[in-house]
Parts: sequence; C-alpha cells; structure tokens
Amino acid sequence: MTLKTRLIPCLDVKDGRVVKGVQFVDLIDAGDPVEAAIAYDTAGADELCFLDITASHEGRDTIFDVVARTAEHCFMPVTVGGGVRTIEDIRKLLLSGADKVAINSAAVNDPDFIARAADKFGNQCIVVSVDAKQRLSQAPGGDNRSEWEIFTHGGRNATGLDAVEFAANMVKRGAGELLVTSMDRDGTKSGFDLKLVRAITDSVSVPVVASGGVGTLDHLVEGVRDGHASAVLAASIFHFGTFTIPQAKQHLHDNGIAVRMDRAAP
Amino acid sequence: MSRVAIIDYGSGNLRSAAKAFERQAAMLDQPPEIIVTADPDIVRGANRIVLPGVGAFADCRAGLDKVAGMVDVLAERVLNYGVPFLGICVGMQLLATEGREKTVTSGLGWIPGSVVPLAPVDPGLKIPHMGWNTLQIRQSHPLLAGVPDGENGLHAYFVHSYHLQTDSPETLIATTNYGGTVTAAVGRDNIFGTQFHPEKSQALGLTLISNFLVWTP
Repeated sequence: MTLKTRLIPCLDVKDGRVVKGVQFVDLIDAGDPVEAAIAYDTAGADELCFLDITASHEGRDTIFDVVARTAEHCFMPVTVGGGVRTIEDIRKLLLSGADKVAINSAAVNDPDFIARAADKFGNQCIVVSVDAKQRLSQAPGGDNRSEWEIFTHGGRNATGLDAVEFAANMVKRGAGELLVTSMDRDGTKSGFDLKLVRAITDSVSVPVVASGGVGTLDHLVEGVRDGHASAVLAASIFHFGTFTIPQAKQHLHDNGIAVRMDRAAP
Repeated sequence: MSRVAIIDYGSGNLRSAAKAFERQAAMLDQPPEIIVTADPDIVRGANRIVLPGVGAFADCRAGLDKVAGMVDVLAERVLNYGVPFLGICVGMQLLATEGREKTVTSGLGWIPGSVVPLAPVDPGLKIPHMGWNTLQIRQSHPLLAGVPDGENGLHAYFVHSYHLQTDSPETLIATTNYGGTVTAAVGRDNIFGTQFHPEKSQALGLTLISNFLVWTP
C-alpha cells in the first residue's frame, strides 16, 4: 500500500464560466465548469481545482454556486482558489462544498490570517498558493535568500518576499498544503520550474502540489521524480484535449510513479 | 420512511456527505430520507446515524458537547438500541477513549484506544497523510463488502495527521500503510468508523455508503 501521486486538473473560472472553454469530450456546454468537473471526475482525476479569476465584486458569488453544483455530482476532493481574503470567504466556500481553499494575496498581506484560518477550519483545508518568480538579480538580503521571489495578482505584483522562506513560514502558521506555481513557466508549456518545486518540497513537512508550465506528460513525471511533489496540477493539456487523464496516469505509472487507476463509481 | 441522520455540530462541510448518501439512497427500493441535523430529537428518531468531523479532535469534541443533549442521545441510541452508526474522519476518532492532539481530550470511549500522531518511519513522508491509498482489510465486515483491498484494490481518500490506535485487535477492521501501519477503519457490533472520507472516495466510498444504508448489524 502506497500513497498515490495525485493528478489535479485545474479550471480557471470567471463569472461562473470556464475561461476559454474546455475542448475535450462531448460537453453540451463547454463553458460550464460543473460539466467539466463531472467529466474529469469520470475520467479518474484525483482532485479538482477551481481557480476563480472573477474580477468584479458582484461576480464573486457565482463561484459558490459552481462549487455547490459540483459537490452534488463529484465525490472527490475540490480545492477553490482566487479571491479568498476573509474567514467568511473560507466559511462560505467550505459550506458550498469545497474541501480546501487556496489562499494567495491574503497570506502575503497578513501571514497571521493563515494561522487564524487553520485554527478555525483545520490545517487540512488551508492551502497556501506560493506564486513565485525567479529574481532578475540577487537582491540584497544576504546569502540565505533563494533564487525566487513571491508575487501576487497573477504574477504582476512583486512582494520582495523570499519564496522558500515564505513557504516555510506559511507551514509554520498552519498551512496543510502548498500549491507552488512558477509564474515564469505558467502558460509556457515548457515544464515546471523543478528547482523551485524541489527547493520548497524539500524544506517543508506538508504536501506540495507542483503547478505552472505543463505541456507534456513527461513534465508531470519530472514534477514528481525531480521536483519531489506529492501532486501535479495542469490545466491546458487536459482542457484542450491534448491528453486525457487516463493517458497521463498511464504515463506516470509507466515511469514508476504510483497512481490511482480505480474503475469509475457505480 | 426510514431516516438517516447526519449530525451537524459545526464541524465543516456536510454538503458532500449529504449528497453522497442521497445518491446511494436513491438506488434503493425504499430510499431512506437523509437529514442533516443538529437536533437531538431528530437523531433519536433516526434509523441510522452518521457522525462526520474535520479539524482538531478537541474542537470537534467541544462542538459535539455544545449541542445540548446530543452526546446522551447518541449513547442511548447507539449503545442501548443498537442503531447502526458510522463515524467519519474525526467523527471516527471521537469513538476512542481519548485524543492526544495538542491536549488530552476524552472521546466517547466506544472503541477503546487512543488517537495519536502519525509517525512514519521515513521522515521524508509528508504530514498530513493526504491523498489516495488502498486498504488492508483485517477482518471482513459487511460495510466493506465489494471493496477489493491490497495493492491492486480500490483507493480511499485520506486527510489526517492523527489516527486511532485501538487497544484491541478485535476492533481494528482495516488498515493502510504510510511509513507504518495506519488505522483506516474500526468497528464493533453496530458501530463502524472510517479514517478516510467515504463521501470523497468515489467508487470505494460510495460502495461503503450503500453497504451502510442496508446494514443490519
């Protein structure tokens, strides 16, 4: 018996709709995140991640409905990230049916927010999004600093925080999992920033999900084998039908990585 | 109509659990009603009782105690009347004599044992034990009927940093492995508990829920 490496498709959701649409299988409504979630569930995804990129305040309530409808059909864990700023945001997402919430800016602005959230809801549902970019030059601050800096707002805002230190700090405060995204690689299909993933994975005690840059099935293997990640997350390779979840799992399996290949629910 | 009560004592999201039970209930000839409730009187009238739970042991115990009369009704129905009972995650851990998470807290004491930290021999293994793992069934049990175990068996979804170490091997129904043996399911008589989340465990979990809905201990 071995804990399996998790494969997590991620859906970007804006105003309750999948951004760019999902082009796999025979979806009646390619823009409906719930239909996409059901398709991924049936295909054997180990977990699902919704990233809410709704900009307007009014549109933000749409994610609760998406999560609630997903929970009616999908009996696998669901993580929701994007715009989670208050204890009340977390409470509403969990009550809608999310199992975990991913927190980014609020953790950067107020690290104690993570401690309060973990105290209230348990470490197991608090994921911190570590969005990192390689520094252009070694910033002042001594030799202990890593090569990466934390960014917020989808990689637009630099914070000056060291990514590896930030990750350790978040775990100390109660994060139960880290979602590590290379903002340099995100959307490039050139593979994970393996050095970044590994630097963080090897320095924290909690599971790390590697994210950002997957373009091939070998990239998934690298994230686990070389990045030491507990789970790998990808978006476009699945949405655009480049690869299916079973193909990805088979490839991981063929490369000696233990994955779950159960039959679908009766 | 027969009723299944899922106890709501402020511990996390019960929507997924309710939906999973409703889905499996609908497959029965006479579907029971699934009720999420914080009302001890409804629990008293239920034919089956489910106690979920996420977070810390002490917080869950405090939350359960805060619902006036709930612990008494549970003891009355489960221990005296033999109503089928399913504890999930911390709802299962609460069956123990005591929890040793942060502080020592009394459990319900229905399954003698203690809730202790996971201590994988390989220090590289991450805590929490989070994700999908297979089971080793130690004693066949009606709730695990149709659940293949072992390396090629079905997977259950776990998220936990502590587990229930039973005092007696007789109450240990299933285990998993994470740098050592980890308790996955406990039980005796009409009482059953899973460390994993059936409501998040797809095929394995839904099979277990179906089994629970027709279980006559």
